[in-house]
Amino acid sequence: MSDRNRSFRLSRRQVMRGLLASSAFGLTAKLSTGCAQSPSTGGDAATGDAGAEEIVVGFIYVGPKDDFGYNQAHAEGAAAMAANVPGIRLVEEASVPETTAVAETMRNMIEIDGAKVLFPTSFGYFDPHILALAAEFPDVQFFHAGGLYQEGVHPNNVGSYFGFIDEAQYVAGVVAGRMSPTGKLGFVAAKPIPQLLRNVNSFTLGAQSVNPAATTQVVFTGDWSVPVKEAEATNSMVDQGVDVITCHVDSPKVVMETAEKRGVYTCGYHANQSSLAPKGYLTGAEWDWATVYTRLGKEFMEGKTLMSGAIPHILRGGLADGFCKLSPYGPAVTPEAKTDGDAAIAGIKSGKVVIYKGPLETNTGTEVLPTGKSLPIDDVELEKMDYLVKGVVGSI
Amino acid sequence: MATELLGWWGVPLGIVAGTLRGSVPFLLVSLGECLTEKSGKINLGLEGTLLMGAMSAYAISYLSSGLVGPALAPWLGVLAAGAAGMMLGAIHGWLSQQPRVNDVAVGIAMIIFGSGLANFLGKPFIQPQAPQLPTLSLGGWSDLPQVQSALLISPLFLLGVAIVPLMSWFFKSTRWGLYVRAVGDSPDAAKAMGISIFGVRMASIVAGSFLAGIGGASLSLFYPGVWTERISSGQGLMAVALVIFARWQPWQCLWASLLFGGAQSLGPAFQSVGIDSYYYLFNAAPYILTLVIMIITCSPKRTLAGAPGGLGQDS
Repeated sequence: MSDRNRSFRLSRRQVMRGLLASSAFGLTAKLSTGCAQSPSTGGDAATGDAGAEEIVVGFIYVGPKDDFGYNQAHAEGAAAMAANVPGIRLVEEASVPETTAVAETMRNMIEIDGAKVLFPTSFGYFDPHILALAAEFPDVQFFHAGGLYQEGVHPNNVGSYFGFIDEAQYVAGVVAGRMSPTGKLGFVAAKPIPQLLRNVNSFTLGAQSVNPAATTQVVFTGDWSVPVKEAEATNSMVDQGVDVITCHVDSPKVVMETAEKRGVYTCGYHANQSSLAPKGYLTGAEWDWATVYTRLGKEFMEGKTLMSGAIPHILRGGLADGFCKLSPYGPAVTPEAKTDGDAAIAGIKSGKVVIYKGPLETNTGTEVLPTGKSLPIDDVELEKMDYLVKGVVGSI
Repeated sequence: MATELLGWWGVPLGIVAGTLRGSVPFLLVSLGECLTEKSGKINLGLEGTLLMGAMSAYAISYLSSGLVGPALAPWLGVLAAGAAGMMLGAIHGWLSQQPRVNDVAVGIAMIIFGSGLANFLGKPFIQPQAPQLPTLSLGGWSDLPQVQSALLISPLFLLGVAIVPLMSWFFKSTRWGLYVRAVGDSPDAAKAMGISIFGVRMASIVAGSFLAGIGGASLSLFYPGVWTERISSGQGLMAVALVIFARWQPWQCLWASLLFGGAQSLGPAFQSVGIDSYYYLFNAAPYILTLVIMIITCSPKRTLAGAPGGLGQDS
């Protein structure tokens, strides 16, 4: 062994010097070009604000852009904004963790790419990263997907937007309730946060509107992306006789494919997953960020900003405002289920159908709303949801 | 209807099914690590190897399905996964045997390298659907679709089970097995016998990484059957812990892998029959199991029975 070592002998000092030099190089390379993925050429973008002919918009995603899920929905919307609004130039970075890494990415986009508007799309980017950067760069607009903005507390150049996708889930529930022979629906859920509970409850209430005996079995996997547990959850529910499965996880691909293999119906989430389950896909609650982002892009080009008050700090909307939509019905959906689904869409858009109305009680028997009382979809009370309605099998 | 009658039986059935489906990567990775550790080196990098194997299997299966057809393509993917594993193993084998280089530190670097490389190269393959490995249906005797679906066995599982007695026999009764054990237990004695320590360890690490790569292929081509950046969720590291639990015995690796695979399905199986309290605890079962094993086995007062003597000592 020793003669092999001799040929490769370096003194300790040489090794230490080499290590220090290479790690110092690595650090500087990481700090100054951490955003190198974005297809920008750097310098020329910084001059854009003088002529106001090009606005650089930065999009940051927590996962890959083509995951059939949350990130894909945002990336498709971003692409639509760039395609529909002349003068918008996109810079994007995918798979940015919710740590100081996102602060570095935002800083790079602002300082190197000259971004004037940022869309850090993941929920966990907001506090403290967006807030810190927003205070540091008061002329850059930050738009965050989620319900965390508070007037007066947070910087003026931060805005929040989100859609009432539970309206789309309600419609999916109507279709699922019609199509399920047993009335047993399944929901693969990640973590019990209010937005997710709204989806579970709306889906269940939608199904109960056509089949009062319908129940939703919910299985929590514990995290946003745990493929093996998501597949296990799907399989266990199919074993228990559940015949329509939907989910709220980052990437519904595993759930859709597993359910299709087991021959049950599926309802998608986030984006259109019909190609993953060509036989069993009924419909799905999809984000429609293309509409929202195109509208915002046009407003940016007109010179409107959050700071001047021309763009509201809180943007909310549902089916009627084009924040979300339903996937086209799959081949298995019967004409009567289609009729019911279309009626539910029309009812929600016109305001005739109210999802959360009394009498409403939780699955532990506590009354939420008495008869005759109802909560409109934009009521802040709903953003604090911490219960599962009657008919959901499971606990938080 | 039969499904209505199942009820509580769904729990054991779900656990059995989850065991058969979920234990494949544990089994292959732990057998690979068992071989590697028997030669006296630890390869923590198998987590990265697992991801790299999953990515390359999925990518090759997808890319080659147009050329060789969807029946053969996944098998090419399995081979590619093995080859990718061997490549990472060769890097680890060479690096970890340099003077004053610690194999645990190299292993951690290899986790980062392997997973980073897999995520980088795997970007275009997240969305497409690759042809999957065929499964053997052993549940034809039952009328229940649940039982039939639970007994869809992957050929990779059978491969893993077949390797167990082979590896056991290899260690016990063959000259080469003796070499591996000698190098692992007493490198000085092995050197005196004229065995190349570098060569034996290199071969063991590369062969172990081949198995781990195939374990990755079972993740992306059998269950759950997709490629995402989070597909392994720490299974490679758990498999390394499992080898310690299994006392470096291939047969015990099999039982331990089945236990870990089954633990993964505890949470979903209980929730689907309506036992929903403590589901965080059930979901965390594999991790808790790993911790408990670590606590039980890592006592400073005694060395482990069955641990190769040269394990963890610098070369």
